[in-house]
Amino acid sequence: MSQPVILTMKQISKAFPGVQALNQVDFCLRQGEIHALMGENGAGKSTLIKVLTGVYQMDQGAVWLEDRPVQIRSPQEALSLGISTVYQEVNLCPNLTVAENLYLGREPVKHGRIDWKESIRRAGALLNKLSIAVSPSAMLDECSLALQQMIAIARAVDMNCKILILDEPTSSLDDEEVAQLFALMRQLKQAGVGMIFVTHFLEQVYEISDRITVLRNGERVGEYDTSALPRLQLVAKMMGKDFNDLAVIQAAPKGQVDSTSPPVIEARGLGHSGTIKPFDLTIHKGEVVGLTGLLGSGRSETVRTIYGADRPDQGSLKVNGRPVKISQPLDAMKLGMAYLPEDRKKEGIIPELSVRENIILALQAKRGLFHLMSRKEMEEAADRYIELLQIKTPSRETPVKSLSGGNQQKVIIGRWLLTNPDYLILDEPTRGIDIGTKTEIQKLVLELAGQGKAITFISSEIEEMLRTCSRMAVLRDGAMVGELAGDQLTQAQIMQTIAGGKTVQEDK
Amino acid sequence: MKQKRFSWQRLVHARLFMPLVCLAVVLLANVIRTPDFFKISLNNGVLYGYLIDIINRSSELVILAVGMTLATAASGGQDISVGAVMAVSAAICCQILSGGEVSVTSLAAPIILAALAGVVAAALCGAFNGFLVAKLHIQPMVATLILYTAGRGIAQLVTRGQITYVRVDAYKVLGGYIGNCPIPTPVFVALIVVIIMAIILKKTALGLYLESVGNNGKASRLVGLNSALICFMAYVLCSILAGIAGLVASSRIYSADANNIGLNLEMDAILAVALGGNNLGGGSFNLTGSIIGAYTIQALTTTLYAMKVSADQLPVYKAIVIVIIVMLQSPIFRSLIAGMKHKRTVTVNEK
Repeated sequence: MSQPVILTMKQISKAFPGVQALNQVDFCLRQGEIHALMGENGAGKSTLIKVLTGVYQMDQGAVWLEDRPVQIRSPQEALSLGISTVYQEVNLCPNLTVAENLYLGREPVKHGRIDWKESIRRAGALLNKLSIAVSPSAMLDECSLALQQMIAIARAVDMNCKILILDEPTSSLDDEEVAQLFALMRQLKQAGVGMIFVTHFLEQVYEISDRITVLRNGERVGEYDTSALPRLQLVAKMMGKDFNDLAVIQAAPKGQVDSTSPPVIEARGLGHSGTIKPFDLTIHKGEVVGLTGLLGSGRSETVRTIYGADRPDQGSLKVNGRPVKISQPLDAMKLGMAYLPEDRKKEGIIPELSVRENIILALQAKRGLFHLMSRKEMEEAADRYIELLQIKTPSRETPVKSLSGGNQQKVIIGRWLLTNPDYLILDEPTRGIDIGTKTEIQKLVLELAGQGKAITFISSEIEEMLRTCSRMAVLRDGAMVGELAGDQLTQAQIMQTIAGGKTVQEDK
Repeated sequence: MKQKRFSWQRLVHARLFMPLVCLAVVLLANVIRTPDFFKISLNNGVLYGYLIDIINRSSELVILAVGMTLATAASGGQDISVGAVMAVSAAICCQILSGGEVSVTSLAAPIILAALAGVVAAALCGAFNGFLVAKLHIQPMVATLILYTAGRGIAQLVTRGQITYVRVDAYKVLGGYIGNCPIPTPVFVALIVVIIMAIILKKTALGLYLESVGNNGKASRLVGLNSALICFMAYVLCSILAGIAGLVASSRIYSADANNIGLNLEMDAILAVALGGNNLGGGSFNLTGSIIGAYTIQALTTTLYAMKVSADQLPVYKAIVIVIIVMLQSPIFRSLIAGMKHKRTVTVNEK
């Protein structure tokens, strides 16, 4: 590691009203290195990056590029200094071609006109050099998300970037696409580009990064060589506590299933044409039933049909033994259901409204237009769940959009717990959330099951499901293809059922 | 929690700060040009003065602004048909009162009944708008464009292309005076509308529902709100209020002039919502702000008349002033003046 240092950030501090987001943080990046920036939600990763890219102005501190002190006052300035960022959500124009996107704002010009031929030729050469397999004249929105990200990186590379920031680039990619992205990153590394890699995925950090800087609560915990920092220690450093908490959850007893009373949920042939084929599902009190399957296999569609978010057009549903008809979410809520949707931003939070309003919203909707909760009742409810779920917010009147992702998720969990449901549907409650909060949510799920609530839990992480679920239903291509319980709940069995082919029984 | 202290920053960023400043500036500008601007006198048992005129004339606009605020909050778009809906309501009401004649001196039907019919007609217009916006998800401006253009035609059909006159004193009360009361009736109508709306917002969850639906309709549906119904109701309410404003405007001229009642008033109503510091993209709203905005616009119009600007040139001057007001309200300008004071506070703290 004798590569020269290309970026030094010294004693960076940044405060927002009520929060010290960064407190004297040091950071340094070497040429041709992939440097993972790790920390839980709200640790200050995004703030540090926004300071570096000129989105925020730091209160104190200094930034050096190589040995030159610089002032970064705007994103444009950062770009001209060779600092580029690629976000999880790609900031390109989907309605333009790949070549147009690559040269947007700096098109090659001939005789005062844009030279399209030259632009396509150059784009082709650039994509070829980086081994990105896409035609320069393809429309961007026809490319997969991974390709779009790689195109964004190509654009940055072509603009002479020396420092490339990758902010959660792999969150929405599948394994194959991640591998492609990593290949590109290794290539850039050879070319001497310094990369700052922000992610929640530990495996990826260990696969690709050279060094790790850990932040916690706005302070730098330390800087480590990846090879010298065991995984367990990294997690411990991010959380600022021992790993025991994670161990506890593995040992936690599964909720006591009460199968004497009628099942909380009993679906028979329930289905919604076009999204999910008819399925049977029974869930008892105190039971955590997982739904697993590949992305797009119909996990979310299954629960949306139960909850009435998509109105079922066949089959029957019994709640607590009584046949019911659910035509809209409010009906389901009145039967004691709660639904935490998969897409927190689009379907979960009401961004402009305050934490308080977001928490009481479901209960208020359940009570109806003419039974407005008193201000005091709202405040008490909000305070109770802010404390219970340890939601980090400057105040209960803060707009929920300014909270970090994990805390927004907690607000939505609080919203549903306030309605005191019998049956909770949690669709990817831990996606894009730091490990600490993940563990808290997993614990909470088991605790709620212990209290006798029925729960459906959906997660892309099988380990997480194994830790929390007592039974799992497996989905494939919009149909429920099997159910696993007891000894069958192993990673191998689940994988096999998801993959299909021979059934588990036949295999034995 | 920290003790709340008076701070310049908090004041500048308070939602009603800029709307109030703008209203104050417009009013104070008059004192220089027209010294007796704030003078109110009693002539023939009736109050006179520029100020009274502003409050009286802005009544319809205030009523419209209330409705426009709700529609904007719920749908993130504006109802541009309110001016035409005013004409429809007025036409129906007058036509029933006149019994089909062009000009009458005695009533053919009870006023209450006719007024109710006018408001119901307006509500139907609102239901049409609401259906297009909430159920068919047509952009509000496009959906309400239909009645914006067709509404006046409908009003013309109702009055058979004539201006229907109702020359009965009882009908002039709504736009005139009640008995010996020195304050014009429209002021009371606007006041009652505002009070009723304030009570509804205070006592029911309507405000929260509207903000929630306007801010994130999908999420609102999943927490049990009927997003479409709430949006629909906002448009119906907006049109009902337009209908009431139409009756006031019609009573002022004791006739139903389909071509002129409420003409261009929809634009002023949208502007009032914007001047009130509301986001025209929907979500959170502030009714008080819109009402202040409505008074500001009328104050501006009256001011320009007082300065002897002719009616033809009025829009030009109005536009100039409004550009300035809108700029003053922009977030960038706000941070600028908040920042001026902020720097000073920082240095004090460092000592």
